[in-house]
Amino acid sequence: MSSSTNTPAHHTSTIGSIGAPSRRNTELALLLFAVVIPVFAYANVGLAIDGTVPSGLLGYGLGLGLLAGVGHLVVRKFARYADPLLLPLATLLNGLGLVVIWRLDQSPRLQQRAKSLFGAFSPDAPKQLLYSALGIAFFAVIIVFLKDHRILQRYTYISMVVSLVLLVAPVFFPAVNGAKIWISIGGFTIQPGEFAKIIIAIFFSGYLMVKRDALALASRRFMGLYLPRGRDLGPILTVWAMSLLILIFETDLGTSMLFFGMFVVVLYVATERTSWIVFGLLMSGAGAVGVASFEPHVQERVNAWLNPFSPKVMAQSDQIAQSLMSFGSGGTLGTGLGQGNSDLIGFAANSDFIFATFGEELGLAGVMAILLLYGLIVERGVRTALAARDPFGKLLAVGLSSAFAIQVFVVAGGVMGLIPLSGMTMPFVAYGGSSVIANWALIGILIRISDTARRPAPAPAANPDAEMTQVVRP
Amino acid sequence: MSELTLTVMRLGFLAVLWLFVIVAVQVIRSDLFGTRVTQRGSRRDAGRPQQQAARQAAPPQQRQQQPSGGGRQRRNAPTKLVVSEGILTGTTVALQGQTITLGRAHDSTIVLDDDYASSRHARIYPDRDGQWIVEDLGSTNGTYLDRSRLTTPTPIPLGAPIRIGKTVIELRK
Repeated sequence: MSSSTNTPAHHTSTIGSIGAPSRRNTELALLLFAVVIPVFAYANVGLAIDGTVPSGLLGYGLGLGLLAGVGHLVVRKFARYADPLLLPLATLLNGLGLVVIWRLDQSPRLQQRAKSLFGAFSPDAPKQLLYSALGIAFFAVIIVFLKDHRILQRYTYISMVVSLVLLVAPVFFPAVNGAKIWISIGGFTIQPGEFAKIIIAIFFSGYLMVKRDALALASRRFMGLYLPRGRDLGPILTVWAMSLLILIFETDLGTSMLFFGMFVVVLYVATERTSWIVFGLLMSGAGAVGVASFEPHVQERVNAWLNPFSPKVMAQSDQIAQSLMSFGSGGTLGTGLGQGNSDLIGFAANSDFIFATFGEELGLAGVMAILLLYGLIVERGVRTALAARDPFGKLLAVGLSSAFAIQVFVVAGGVMGLIPLSGMTMPFVAYGGSSVIANWALIGILIRISDTARRPAPAPAANPDAEMTQVVRP
Repeated sequence: MSELTLTVMRLGFLAVLWLFVIVAVQVIRSDLFGTRVTQRGSRRDAGRPQQQAARQAAPPQQRQQQPSGGGRQRRNAPTKLVVSEGILTGTTVALQGQTITLGRAHDSTIVLDDDYASSRHARIYPDRDGQWIVEDLGSTNGTYLDRSRLTTPTPIPLGAPIRIGKTVIELRK
């Protein structure tokens, strides 16, 4: 700041912005740390199970390191000013997930179960490593080719159509384990909901960016709440109806909660009206209770949640009971990696219920750390939204991070018995190609927004303040 | 593998996991972007760490807010600053215990579009008793209270004209 004056002591201070460093070296250091931790865990599992360091250690460590390295180089080259924490946090969660999936592959119980059910056992960890590589590749493609996140704004209504198609598609495929959330194309099964959550976030933020003024300003005040006009209720009613339809026809509580919750959060952020949250909670409560009153699959889930140990529920599936026992036997510090009995969960032990293995083998301390890692990703997402200069980027970052947060809540709450269980997967740690790839894409978009947001503004034009003051000549 | 080794590894792993979380939070702490407050002109602090400057920069704000309670109750206390001559004639600024800066700099409270004003020309602030003080900030052409050029911070009588370049301001009730 230039000044032709000379300020006397105390009182005056200048306020200037801190030059944003790119922080890529911080990211690299954290990434190294994030690769070393899973390698340590891998060795720990091997030592606990066989008493030897597993032979695949080097390959596994190199694989994860390579993925992290590629991610880092892409960010360094194409998104220099991006947030330094998102990539290491996602890498660590992905790595820990790989270790726990590998650990469950070693379980004789699960191997036996797979042999008796499908005739053969194939380990999931190598497949998951492949999915992670695909995820990182997708992440790299997004960062390289998506030069500016505002391009996505052009596809507001196209993304609405695409996400609707993705959400509706599973209805036409047979239900798997009671929930219709998969589609199968040529032998591959895809969970389109995972991708739909990103695409619909683009629609919500593009749509609400345009409509937010109408939704925020045209309202009456009643008992401290801003009541929106009847016709402005249209969009929220539509999304509500859609989420109920998902719940009824696909019998998937998680996806339904995710979409409606994300919409309400983005709506709240766009309009700054608390009344939307109140409406959203009332509507989702009423909708869930209404659907649960006639949909048997949802009733089953609620019943299993309320009485996980009742003989009737246990006869059908003891998954929730086993999961709760896992968390319980983990205690505060856990049994140690590779030394728990969470494989008793059986079906979906390494996907929907993988969090129970963390709960048993790492205990409360480990679970808290994992939840904090998720929390930090969400925090960085919201921080990105705060820093973003364009409203679309703000809403998109909030939408994506709230979707991430809701998903973690729905899954962790489900396996811990806080809310009814739903067929969603823990981002990054759970086994499943769609989930891993979609979440890497989500992180890629967040990194792109944060790069734009944190990029230092170009130098200002010549400052008129710097001009000389003319001297009065008497 | 011995029980002891496994226990050590188990606790060690949890420690490493938490260490990562703590390191990540430290990165966030050092990453808080916003504004940097540095003290200017103060010889005492020149060259000292910025942290201290930031700490010392805070009190003036509190000091400025303090008089607003006591100062407003005084009878004959001015409530507004009025520009009575110059391009900005008619502009008023409510006096609410905040410091008012005048000058050509864009971040001044009253931006003077006047070639005879300095970037940071003068400021008007309440002292501890709520008395409003005008101080010339080392301007090129000086600040005049009535007819006299200011050399020290001076209390402003109600209605007295303060001249800065072509602009005249005064405090009114």
